[in-house]
Amino acid sequence: MERAFDVVVVGAGPAGMAAAVSAAEAGRSVAVVDDNPAAGGQIWRRGETLPGAARAWLGRFERAAITRLPGSRVFDGTVDRVCVDGGGEGFELRYQALVLATGARERFLPFPGWTLPGVFGAGGLDAMARGGLPVAGKRVVVAGTGPLLLAVAAHLARRGAKIVAICEQAPLGSVARFAVRMATEPAKVMQGIEYRWAARRAKMHFGCWPVAAHGAGALDSVTLRQSRRRWRVGCDFLACGFHLVPNVELTALLGCRLENGFVAADAVQQTSVAGVFCAGEPCGIGGVEAALLEGQIAGLAAAGRIDEARALAPRRRKLDGFVRALQEAYALRPELRAMADEGTILCRCEDVRYGTLRGRESWREAKLQTRCGMGSCQGRVCGAAAEFLFGWRVDAVRPPIFPAPVSSLTSCNLAENEREAR
Amino acid sequence: MPEVVTISVNGQPFVVPAGTTVAAAMLRAGGTTRTSVSGEMRAPLCGMGICFECRAVIGGKPHERTCQIVCEPGMDVWST
Repeated sequence: MERAFDVVVVGAGPAGMAAAVSAAEAGRSVAVVDDNPAAGGQIWRRGETLPGAARAWLGRFERAAITRLPGSRVFDGTVDRVCVDGGGEGFELRYQALVLATGARERFLPFPGWTLPGVFGAGGLDAMARGGLPVAGKRVVVAGTGPLLLAVAAHLARRGAKIVAICEQAPLGSVARFAVRMATEPAKVMQGIEYRWAARRAKMHFGCWPVAAHGAGALDSVTLRQSRRRWRVGCDFLACGFHLVPNVELTALLGCRLENGFVAADAVQQTSVAGVFCAGEPCGIGGVEAALLEGQIAGLAAAGRIDEARALAPRRRKLDGFVRALQEAYALRPELRAMADEGTILCRCEDVRYGTLRGRESWREAKLQTRCGMGSCQGRVCGAAAEFLFGWRVDAVRPPIFPAPVSSLTSCNLAENEREAR
Repeated sequence: MPEVVTISVNGQPFVVPAGTTVAAAMLRAGGTTRTSVSGEMRAPLCGMGICFECRAVIGGKPHERTCQIVCEPGMDVWST
């Protein structure tokens, strides 16, 4: 199958939906490729009562004339088309303009016991609960860093989970400064208060992080550390994530320039590759409001409505302060590098341990010598950890950027010279 | 849509509420999804299709990320 569209959007979270709706309402033919079974991305994942803005955007997305391709992944691409695996087949989508709205994933950091069943990402446990994993009556420790922790604790508490503790690695001072800066954003402050209220029974610890997860075959307790104090708490689930890292694999594959790990985009969200736009978290972790604005700007620009796109840019720039403040407030403390011990698995696909990796020169050497990052996830989990732990640049991207069946790979085969043309 | 769905997990029939992901069903059924290369039992980590800890065989198709797939009646799921 091969199809051609004016605009192809990758990702159906807030940024991708806003881009698709904006381009479609401007009269362009639009296709949206999304890995998830339903639109909304991670933040507006079904199974949770969604806020009004989410329902409004999902409604516009459903009503607009858009070719929706859920459960589908882009595994390769070039300047005029992307290769997609979905619905049991591989096919090409040709585009005039491409909008990459691939979102972010959680950063996971290794510590002894983090591979035990019962240890999830913070957003990970939230997503599993929304997908039907019962959490009512379960004792949950929420740990890591970022505003997501409180949101996750609130969602789980509303489902009847007993939140034992919320452990934020950032010091109270940084989070308090962030909260004060947020005083100009009453909606965000109100949301924080609502979340804290929903999880009000949980004790919140700042400057606190997990040093080990324990259990025989499944999690039964977690050892926490705060300054010199260490203590062990019993729990059924640990929800642990260290803020977010952008999904930039496809952007990098297409040759778009990255700056400090994020996609460099101009005032209308165009990347360094003409006709390729990027919106949302890959351009900087800024949350749903920034993602919606960037999506609209990218969608309009991709549809050729440059003036309308430019008119929205100042509203987006107003959020720059929030993006920076977020990054500063939840910066990772160096002590987190000492969570893993020699025997701690870092690469969960190939079971490569911290001790095997320590002392290697580079990510490339680690891959070649130890198979770290060579498994199914292609380094999506261990790469961000290795970057923080060892200071390696983790940037090599090779197609297919998602594992795809041979039938899909062969039905969409970019010639080697087309890739070089990038 | 029916309120419950019956699937098969490792050869055993298993009933879950409609809308449950295959990953959540596997955890409800047994608590794990796969065995790692060094023999550890694993369960999903990310819940959003990037970590591949939830992968299983569905209807004979290997490497399916079960957290991104909703249970359908009669699905035959095997852990790996």
